[in-house]
Parts: sequence; structure tokens; C-alpha cells
Amino acid sequence: MPRWSRYFEVLKLFWSTALAAELEYRANFVLASISSSGNLLGSIFGLFLFYQKGNTFQGWTWEEAFLVLGVFTLLEGFSNTFLGPNLNKIVQHVQQGTLDFVLLKPISSQFWLSTRTLSPWGLPDLLFGLGMIGYAGGRLGLGVGDYLAGLVPLSFGLAILYSLWFILGATSIWFVKIYNVTEVLRGLLEAGRYPMAAYPAAYRFFFTFVVPVAFLTTVPAEVFLGRSQLLLLLEAGGLAGGLLLFAHRFWSFALRYYTSASS
Amino acid sequence: MKDFWRKATTLLRVQYAYMVEYRAELLLWALSGSLPLILLGVWTQAAQRGQLGLSSLDFARYFLSVFIVRQLTVIWVVWEFEQQVVQGKLSPRLLLPIDPVWEHVASHVAERLARLPFIVGLAALFFVLYPGAFWIPSLGKFLLFLLVVASTFVLRFLMQYTFALFSFWTERASAIEEVWMIPYLFLSGLIAPLEVFPPLVREIALWLPFPYLVHFPASILVGLPVDVGRGLLVMLGWGGVFLVLNRWLWKKGLKQYSGMGA
Repeated sequence: MPRWSRYFEVLKLFWSTALAAELEYRANFVLASISSSGNLLGSIFGLFLFYQKGNTFQGWTWEEAFLVLGVFTLLEGFSNTFLGPNLNKIVQHVQQGTLDFVLLKPISSQFWLSTRTLSPWGLPDLLFGLGMIGYAGGRLGLGVGDYLAGLVPLSFGLAILYSLWFILGATSIWFVKIYNVTEVLRGLLEAGRYPMAAYPAAYRFFFTFVVPVAFLTTVPAEVFLGRSQLLLLLEAGGLAGGLLLFAHRFWSFALRYYTSASS
Repeated sequence: MKDFWRKATTLLRVQYAYMVEYRAELLLWALSGSLPLILLGVWTQAAQRGQLGLSSLDFARYFLSVFIVRQLTVIWVVWEFEQQVVQGKLSPRLLLPIDPVWEHVASHVAERLARLPFIVGLAALFFVLYPGAFWIPSLGKFLLFLLVVASTFVLRFLMQYTFALFSFWTERASAIEEVWMIPYLFLSGLIAPLEVFPPLVREIALWLPFPYLVHFPASILVGLPVDVGRGLLVMLGWGGVFLVLNRWLWKKGLKQYSGMGA
């Protein structure tokens, strides 16, 4: 059996068991839906506050800014479903020494740590995000081609987000108790709610070159709208590829410093 | 009385020592509250273009104050209490001749003392980056701010501790707090000063506890006009409601807890 198909089988097993386990807590789904809807209403209210009395973000109409918010919500759903439940546990594995067991398994430990589980409670956010993109896209008259084109930078954005999160999680090999680093990252990512044009120049620099939030929501939204700059798209692709590679290297580097709980 | 002070200072000293042990973590927690600083960017930019009633300088000061208020009033008692109940760690604490709530109060207060240098440092950094926004509130305003922010701390603690008591009946009391955080996030003045809210939303919000947890103390520090008397009364009212509910749940909960065989 080729390697990738074995990974695929494992993934199917991981996710079906995770789902089965989570579905024991069905009341949680009600709560998750309430929080997601509340958050959605609040986000829209927040954006509305900027657009009262004829104000706009420079060069972004209400529908266009709404599209950015939709992409942001989608990313949030993605991180609540896939990234958070897995990557926040790296810290725990290091702290309790259970990382040993992961390392002994005959598959890539990065793969195991990144995909072991998933939480269906992020699903409402994913759906709301798609709904918002669909709504704004409908008002703006986007076609199938635009959506397909937008998928490219969107997947770059996902890859960037995953890599940053994983790299931060991996630093727990040295710092052990750094649960909050991912919280800092989450806090900074909030900036992705609004198009980069909404920020002063210094912020734009910071959110493009230091913490690449711009590539997560603004760039995909621009491609959806058909006003992409090829250069920016190439940068996003380069950054995504580079960060993925770096995350992988960084993990093997970090493992050299890992001394298990017993040794 | 002497006994009370001895207990209080001992509790505080222990908790302070514990907090200072995790200095790096404290800094990270402080940084994770960066949302006001992000919003500061958007709003100062927006104020330069539109007529929002507040200048971009007002916004800068407002959001710095929000940042400070949030740092001073972070509460996490529900997560700790929930753990204690679920893992049965509450039982030995019930045997002590002191209500277990004081340990939580002490740890929150001690953490504030340990966090203070970071807050001052971050505020100083802010003024270095943004010297135009520097201001010194009058002594009267500053003292009033201290009083109000202390009340905010008490009110938030009281509310969250009340939710925490639901741990006696449900395994996930923190979920209640998480749902409660949503109106807090959007109505407290954290995402925007209440001055830019539509009048109707603002009126409704002012009867709820949320604006007094962020907007009220922050506005006093900046010097934006607020109705101080009304604000304190609303805070007192909600505080009373939660205090009564809290004591009632505590009594009921203890019975429930021992009923579980602990």
C-alpha cells in the first residue's frame, strides 16, 4: 500500500473516532451554535459601526468589507475545528511526557499531532463564513470563476495559519508551559476582521511583514473581487510554502532537544 | 480584626509568590489582550476621515484606557472553580475555617500586583510610539477611576463566581461564562466607545452591566463625559442581584455537592 493512502486511512480513523467521542456531548452543539450566532451578530454590528453616516474603509464598500469578515469567520471556523483542538495539545503532551508515545508511532509525528482529532463545534462558524461570502458575493455579482480563483489564496492563508500555529506549539519543547503563546497569536489574528486598508501605515506593515494577517483575509478577499495583484498572490504562495517547509524543519530540529519525561 | 489582616496578608503573600514564578506567562497573558490596540488602529484611521464625534486622539486615549482597564479586571475564577469541583479538590478546602472564595480573591489580587509592572511598561511603550496621545488625568479623575475600576473588578468577579457555582450541577460551567462573554465583547465598549453606537443600542446597553465593565472606567480615565452617579448606581444594582444569587447558589450547591458523596 502506498504511503499516502495509509495516511489517508489513518486520517479517516482519527476523525471518525473524534466525531463519535464528541457527539456524546450533543448539548454542547446548542451552546456552540448560540456562541457562533452571537459572535456573528456582534461582528456584523462592529463592522456596521464603521460604516454609519456614510463612512467607509478607503476603497472598500460595505459588501466588500463584509466579504472580508466572511473570510475571517471561515478561518475562525477552520481553526476551531482543526487547529485549536490539535495544536493546543502539543503543550500538554510535552508537559505530561505523553509525547513519547506519539514519537514511537510508525507515522510522522507532525501528522499525528496536527490531525489526531477534530471538533465539530467549529462547524457553525464554517457555515456562517460560507454564508457570508455567498451573501456578499451575490450582492457583488461574483461568478464561479471568481470563487475558484479565491480558493487559491484562501488555501495559502490556511497553510500560513497552520504553520504559524504549529511553530508556536513546537516551541513548547523548550518552554514547556506556553499555552498562552497561541492565545497571543489568536489575539493578533483578530486584526484580520477588517481589510488592511482600514489600518494606519505602521499597522499595515506589521500585519503584512511581522504577523502576516494580511495574507489570511485581505488578499483572498481581493482575489474574490478580481482586483488581485499577481505579485501579492505570488508572495502569499511563497510565504505559505516557505512557512510549511520551515514548520516541518523546525519540528525535527525541536525534537532533537526533546528529553522525555523519564530520561 | 488583627486576625483578619494576618490572614489576608498571608493569603496575598503566598499567591504573589506563586504568580511571580510564572512571569513569562504573565507577560504573554498581558499581550494576548491586544485587541484594544488593534481597534485603536482602525478607529484612529476612521476618525481621520469621517465625523464620528470623537477625534483620532480621543480614540487613541480611549483604547489605551480600555487596554489598561481590561488588564486590571481580568477574571478567571470560573475555570479554576470548575476544576476544583470536577476533580474533587474543593473538598479539603471546605474543611478550612475560611470561605474558599478568599483564596481565589487573593490570587486575583496578587496577580494584579505582579502584572502591574507590565501594564506600566506597555503604557510607557505606547506613549513612546505615540507621543501625541500623552495625557495626565487630574488627581480627582484618577482617584475616581481607581474607585470605579475596583468596583468593576468586584462586579466582574462576582458575576463570574456566580456562574462558577453552577459547577455543582453541570460539568461545564465555563460554557455559561463563554456565552456571557459575547454581549460583553460587543456591548461593553471594548470594540468601540459607546459614543459611536446608535442611540437606541446605547440606551439599552446602559441599563445592562456590560458598559460599566469597560466603557465607564475607561471614559473616566480619558475624561469623556459620563454620568458617574447613574453608573455607580447601576453597578451597585447588578452587584446586589448577583450577590444574592451567589450566596443562594452557594448554599444550595454545597448541599448538592455533599450529596454527591464528597
